[in-house]
Amino acid sequence: MMTTINNLIPIAIASLLIGIIVNARRTPLWAEAYRRLGRNRVAMFAFAIICFYGTVALLDSIAWQDSKTSESQTILDRIFSGVAVERTYSAPMADMTIGEPKLHPLKARHILGTDGNGRDVFFRTLKGCRTAILIGSLTSLIVLPIGLLFGLLAGYYGKVVDDTIQYVYTVVGSVPDILLLITLVLVLGRGLDKICYAIGFTSWIGLCRLIRGETLKHRDREYVRAARSLGASDFRIMTRHILPNLLPIVIITLVLGFSGFVMMETILTYLGIGVPPEFGSWGNMIDSARMELAREPVIWWHLASASGALFLLVLAFNIFGDALRDAIDPRLRTR
Amino acid sequence: MFKYILRRILYAVPILITVSFLTIMLFYGVFPPDRIARQNLSIKNPSPKQIQKWLVEHGYDKPKNEQVRVQTINLLTLQFGKSDANGEDIWEHVRKGAVPSFSIALLIFVGVQVASIGAALFLAYFRGTYVDQWGTFLGVLLMSINSTIYIITLQFVLGKILKLFPMGGYQGGLTGVRFVLLPALIGIIASLGGLTRLYRTFMLEEMNLDYVRTARAKGVGESAILFKHVLKNAAIPIITSSVATIPALFLGSILVESFFNIPGLGNYLVDAINSADFAVVRSMVFLGTVLTIVGYIMTDICYALVDPRVRLE
Repeated sequence: MMTTINNLIPIAIASLLIGIIVNARRTPLWAEAYRRLGRNRVAMFAFAIICFYGTVALLDSIAWQDSKTSESQTILDRIFSGVAVERTYSAPMADMTIGEPKLHPLKARHILGTDGNGRDVFFRTLKGCRTAILIGSLTSLIVLPIGLLFGLLAGYYGKVVDDTIQYVYTVVGSVPDILLLITLVLVLGRGLDKICYAIGFTSWIGLCRLIRGETLKHRDREYVRAARSLGASDFRIMTRHILPNLLPIVIITLVLGFSGFVMMETILTYLGIGVPPEFGSWGNMIDSARMELAREPVIWWHLASASGALFLLVLAFNIFGDALRDAIDPRLRTR
Repeated sequence: MFKYILRRILYAVPILITVSFLTIMLFYGVFPPDRIARQNLSIKNPSPKQIQKWLVEHGYDKPKNEQVRVQTINLLTLQFGKSDANGEDIWEHVRKGAVPSFSIALLIFVGVQVASIGAALFLAYFRGTYVDQWGTFLGVLLMSINSTIYIITLQFVLGKILKLFPMGGYQGGLTGVRFVLLPALIGIIASLGGLTRLYRTFMLEEMNLDYVRTARAKGVGESAILFKHVLKNAAIPIITSSVATIPALFLGSILVESFFNIPGLGNYLVDAINSADFAVVRSMVFLGTVLTIVGYIMTDICYALVDPRVRLE
């Protein structure tokens, strides 16, 4: 029962996302944005890369028990179940192990070599996708409602509400990000979900400030006044009239912020308060690779594949986010 | 002007009080002192007596309300007390660590500003051409590489293979310069991409304004427009966006310092995290907050100084 629910959640989220993306085409604003995005080849390529990472993460999220070992295995585990485990390190495409007194022949070739326990590095890198995507999306899911709610309230009502909310985010914002993160993780304890809470708690301020400013601009526009004179409630004005106008800017901020959340994991892991080692994550791989660079012969492929994977994801998000901004609102273009 | 500064400082007081109170509450509420004691006493299953002794030694034995009050006031008056892990005076450490931290951070700050303003001017000069396109793309590339990756690879390549710089360590005085160079270089490269892109937009925004068109109509050359008119006006957002970061330079760059084993504040903080030294973490959080607020106040003042249109009512 538990496994079914655990498997349904990622599928549900993925289909929801696809549904939203496909459906948004129907509204005029987004149809125009899609047309502009479609013409941008580099952006579409970046989007394809993001989709690839998403698919790998999804494949690694759906698991069920294996009939033989009675261990829970994900689809990704099953795809790679035929990959041999070696004795120890081996270089990419090598046929002998490396770094032991007497070298042994390998059972198979590994495109990115193997790590100290003989596990395939390519497989481990793919396993890191899930952690990265999870951190990015969970944090976005935490930042979005808090930032939206407080930003809308502060901008719409002004006065005491605005002052209070501004005070709260000035207090939180005046603690340097990294220090606040460290404190929160130390207090909350380690764990994937806790890291997301901590990053979320430090990053909602930017979104909140942005939404507040935008809402202030919209509050006295004619369409809002018209809605008010027709007797629409404050709640309705905020959710049905102002919010749709802020949506493009919210989406751009989230897409551009996503890569920042993912990168934060590496830094936290290095500081010793990141994702627990039992989760495969690029931060953990990079962290352990520091020692391997000091070895003789140098083990570089571990570091290279983890940082390459991280770099590609962040780059894709940066390029796609920029293109999205240009497509949605040409006035925001950086030229 | 004086009145304005005074008001800004007064406005900061309630924020500082809230931050110090919240930090203390966070540690006391979620992580009570006897848990800190257990983590710091490296013995397995310490007896209640040992815990009590540790609590008394570190001043955690008073009733909870009083402790929160006393600790909050202590933080506010910058009396950081002694470290939980080894009983050393925290201020002493902070004073010693601030020098190496600040010297590296200042080098990084100046280097990044010079390099990114130069690069942004270059891109703005060639705007709309392939040079600009590829330059901007290079900026995105640089931005997308994680700072840990920069540190690990550059330390490995420049320090270990090419042996251009020492691998780590720190030394005061002029002879110590070689220790600072590589960390500073890494710090500069790590934030070059993002800042160049930002500054480039600042400059291009100015490029479209009327006064530039007027200058061009009068026949002023492109480089004169860029260096005389645009640079001066773009300096306003550049200065205001960078001044805020100056005070926080004292905190140093946490990652760079601990990779290169530089005895600065960042390294001190990392050690404190690893030994669960909450007294130090608390003090550093408060110190960081004070510096950030000083940065904000400096930004406001600078804004008024640089831009005559801004009035201080």
